[in-house]
Amino acid sequence: MSHVIPYVAAIHEAIREEMDRDERVLYFGQNMATSPDDPFLQAFGPDRVRVTPISETAEIGMATGAAMAGYRPVVELYMAEFTLVAADQVVNEGSRFHFMSRGAVSVPMVMVAGYGFTCGWAGQHTGSLYGMFMGVPGLKVAMPSTPADAKGLMTTAIRDDNPVLYFHHYLLLLTEGEVPDGEHAVPFGVADVKREGSDLTIVATGHTVHTALAAAETLARRGVSVEVIDPRTIAPLDVDTILASVARTGHLVLVDQATRHASVAAVVAAEVAELGFSSLEAPISMVTALDSSIAYSQPVEDYVLPDEHKVVTAVEKTLGLAPVPA
Amino acid sequence: MVVGETVDGGGRDALGPERLVWMYTQMYRIRQFEERVKSTFTEHPGTIRGHTHLADGAEASIVGCIATLAPGDQVLSSYRCHGYPIALGSDTKLMMAEIYGKATGLCGGLGGSMHLYDPARGFLGGSGIVGQHLPHAAGAAWAAQIRRRGEVVVCFFGDGASKQGAFHESLNIASLWKLPVVYVMENNRYNASTRSDQEDANAAAGEPLSTKATAYSMEGTTVDGGDPVAVHATMVEALARARAGEGPTLVESLVYRLSAHGNLIAPPGVPLHYPEHEAIAIFGNRAEYESALRGDPVPRFRHRLVTDGVLGASDADALEAAAREEIDESQRFALDSRLPEPDSGLAYVYA
Repeated sequence: MSHVIPYVAAIHEAIREEMDRDERVLYFGQNMATSPDDPFLQAFGPDRVRVTPISETAEIGMATGAAMAGYRPVVELYMAEFTLVAADQVVNEGSRFHFMSRGAVSVPMVMVAGYGFTCGWAGQHTGSLYGMFMGVPGLKVAMPSTPADAKGLMTTAIRDDNPVLYFHHYLLLLTEGEVPDGEHAVPFGVADVKREGSDLTIVATGHTVHTALAAAETLARRGVSVEVIDPRTIAPLDVDTILASVARTGHLVLVDQATRHASVAAVVAAEVAELGFSSLEAPISMVTALDSSIAYSQPVEDYVLPDEHKVVTAVEKTLGLAPVPA
Repeated sequence: MVVGETVDGGGRDALGPERLVWMYTQMYRIRQFEERVKSTFTEHPGTIRGHTHLADGAEASIVGCIATLAPGDQVLSSYRCHGYPIALGSDTKLMMAEIYGKATGLCGGLGGSMHLYDPARGFLGGSGIVGQHLPHAAGAAWAAQIRRRGEVVVCFFGDGASKQGAFHESLNIASLWKLPVVYVMENNRYNASTRSDQEDANAAAGEPLSTKATAYSMEGTTVDGGDPVAVHATMVEALARARAGEGPTLVESLVYRLSAHGNLIAPPGVPLHYPEHEAIAIFGNRAEYESALRGDPVPRFRHRLVTDGVLGASDADALEAAAREEIDESQRFALDSRLPEPDSGLAYVYA
């Protein structure tokens, strides 16, 4: 059984269910729970649900401290860029403590932030920054692309004993989809094949999963069978599922909203080049954002971002197909 | 993880003779430990890698604070973190082995001097980045506030950390939420090799650094960190406030670190050692340093206890000998221990 809800509601459903299930789960951040009518505040009270000042270092640092003291904080950071204000707390504090203490302490916390708000938010609120976090030992990074994964990955993030960066995509917030009823946990490090295919593999994350699926649908009408894989977590990264797919299709296109050298695409390309080279019948192709900041004005914003047409073109080139005029 | 088993510092009791002698014993043990760490650089070159930071000079402040704690209270500190776990009851053998990078160390050689952890004794660790553990203390204090068992978090840091944004963000929210946390700033007058009046507006204006508490509508007080009894009295008040739900306190504890900020920073191949204190090495102020040595809180407290008849001279000699023997044994243990297996580097990345 399932129900249809928006992606953003799925995130909140998971947090709410985990707070019901485990009284150690705390939920706090900026501009939330400011009204006594707030549903989280009403359900769980001011001990566990609090609004904070605009103090990212304190917010993430307090999540770390509360986690070390036995709680499971979920800190709402709103925008991915705001993690940069507190970069030390994200990459160089809680993520190190379990290791440096030889397991004497652990830091189960979730940092929730949206990214890729490419609808006129200009240069400082639209970044796809996840690539800079995927190589941080001790840190896990989840990037749901559907409401079901949004719920399932949040459930797992809260239950995980490590710090987790949970990046939701701003353009997906109102996208509706089926979410399983009751407890729903999506395991970390297990990619999901969003569409099966036999001619070419596309690996995409977040919003670009939908770009890839749209391109796959267009190509299917021409008899081209594209498999679309969503890693769902980029740390840990399920390289095996990607390699197995490439072993069948022999072709790989990577779609990513991040700039080329800071992308998941670059990491997947390197892994497949090292571990799956003999499967490849053509060079790997990366469809990423162009190396620029995101502009305010729409035509300029559109120009640098991956889109369905760019993905179709990359697939045609990789498979040696003649382009079809639009 | 088990927390809440802090050694009982007996802090809610008045300071009787037994407690005063206990305090002196801890001060002397810390001094011995730190002097042994320091001499390791010349007596066993290459044994200690990277950077260490010693607490010599701050023993009275450390012990005066720890003596006020009760079971369930928790402590966090900066990278100058050897003194607190000693006073909390951590095994000095395991601590020395950690600083020597051995498999038998408190953290198996994965943490080192700047990253000691002993949560079973209430020590939640030392963070290596200046000031970044202050919000961790606020978070642990939020946890204590929710538990409602009257437990308190004490957070130690240096004066330099009070110029970090993390300090200001943490004090604001700690005061706003009335968190049960005491922020103990050990003001040793130097931010690494920079004098306070070169980098702190309050210091430059001739005001105490505890003035900063005023900005966050919280209690702030300055105490002679060379006097463990004065520190204890200040902390008893601060902890009572915290336990009663009346919020945090900023305690500025005036100490003088008797060693340089840390051992020499040098690439491999250069023998490491402790340079002269910055007062001499950088500012040419030998008189300041020698004056600090004359006020050394460890002999000062011994003298006071002996003069007051709390501790006989021969008893003092005996406890000092026992402490030296303990540290001898700790060093032997650390020297004789094996290095960790290389692949332990992958064993604790994730919980």
